Amino acid sequence: MSERISLEVFRYNPESDTGPEFQQYEVPLRKDWVILDALNHIKDQLDGTLSYRWSCRMGVCGSCGMMVNGKPVLTCATFLEKFMPGPVRVEPLENFPVIRDLVIDMSDFLEKLKTVKPWIIREEEPEPERELLQTPSQLADYTQYSMCINCMLCYAACPIIGLEPDFVGPAAIALAQRYNLDNRDQGNKERREALNQEHGMWQCTFVGDCSVVCPKNVDPAGAIQRYKVDTASHWWKNLLLPWGTDKH
Amino acid sequence: MKSKPYLEPFWWTLFGAGGVVSAFFLPALLFLFGLAIPLGWVEAPAYERFYELLQPLPIRGAVGMLITLSLFHWAHRFRFTLYDGLQLQLWRKPIAILCYGTALGLSFWAGYFLLNL
Amino acid sequence: MEKPTFKLYQKKMPVLWWAKRLSHLHFILRELTSLSVGFFAVVGIFYLRALSKGAEAYESFLSILQSPVMIVAHLIAFSGLLFHSVTWLNLAPKAMKLKINDYKISGGWIVAGNYVAWLLLSLWMILIFIQ
Repeated sequence: MSERISLEVFRYNPESDTGPEFQQYEVPLRKDWVILDALNHIKDQLDGTLSYRWSCRMGVCGSCGMMVNGKPVLTCATFLEKFMPGPVRVEPLENFPVIRDLVIDMSDFLEKLKTVKPWIIREEEPEPERELLQTPSQLADYTQYSMCINCMLCYAACPIIGLEPDFVGPAAIALAQRYNLDNRDQGNKERREALNQEHGMWQCTFVGDCSVVCPKNVDPAGAIQRYKVDTASHWWKNLLLPWGTDKH
Repeated sequence: MKSKPYLEPFWWTLFGAGGVVSAFFLPALLFLFGLAIPLGWVEAPAYERFYELLQPLPIRGAVGMLITLSLFHWAHRFRFTLYDGLQLQLWRKPIAILCYGTALGLSFWAGYFLLNL
Repeated sequence: MEKPTFKLYQKKMPVLWWAKRLSHLHFILRELTSLSVGFFAVVGIFYLRALSKGAEAYESFLSILQSPVMIVAHLIAFSGLLFHSVTWLNLAPKAMKLKINDYKISGGWIVAGNYVAWLLLSLWMILIFIQ
């Protein structure tokens, strides 16, 4: 093992530190290592006090998101070699409160997710007798938005989240669209009530970075703009044809 | 449920419509009237001809729409630029009133001249 | 969910946050093109004002437009308007449902159509006044 690379890791201990500081670690540079491997190496070999979240190491669980050299990435999908000659700066996801080291507090995000009712809502009872069939074209309407793994990279990339902490945010609104555009769902109205308000879709000014950093190509920015168009046209329909049925 | 109508979709529609219209029409018009004519690359239309051109009601309506939508496009976008770019969220209300109020006032002004042509 | 009792660390957004990253600078410049659009509207209103006042007012307004300050202002506004058109037309498919019945439309074609329409409309307007 000849080549090495240094990592500057964000450290914060809520029990003893008043503010964060960066700690430098030298790790071996291996071609097949991702940032997460380097962090695991630090934790196992150099400094057991380092805290961070990870689980699947294959881009599915969405728990290892961090800022690497200022960009939100999944550390399990970002190769170390890309940052030669280093150093690599590793920080917790931006816009979130930090609990310790690289671990952020996501409770606010989870609350926001709930407000958009991300499940299939059916109005009419009783339950359908058989499964609701869907054509490939109907499936294609929302598949893209269903790929979200809640990694929160888009929240770290969105400056509006930093400026307006109550903004519902990219992933949650894209997830609302995932259900709105599902032909089996009848919950558009409920979600619109949750998102057509002060901290809903209108706070988005289409910076577009959420879609750039998304590891699953969900395109939350596009989802939000389409949602705005739908909501605005619904508003005008309600104004001009108030007698029209406003079911969904 | 809501005590007053929620106007954000309305403002956003004006912003969107203004964005489309200004993207298609404004660069050529500004180039023509603000650069090409003043710099003498294109001869300025004679007063009578310009006046005649603006006589038909549909033309005046279109000019009024173009100016009004441009103004409301500015108002909406600039409002959010002030919120986000300068972090003036505390003055949310007054900024909104100032932006849309300016757009509305200028629209009436444009309408006044268009009716007096 | 119960909030933790220990102190969380929260970074604050810098005032000039949009100057720190290229994509944010691009964003703020795109948003500031609204000033060009507003500028156009105001100049348009003064054109109408001059026209409604008579031939003399029209001529003197034209001479004001010839002043270097106004030319520079128009150059800046014009570049802003170009930036607005390009960004707006490029992003248009993002806000659209790219499907008619079961037929998928590619966003690229919509952008291409936008540019053709932009070009034709611009030429048409210029030709009206150029004769």
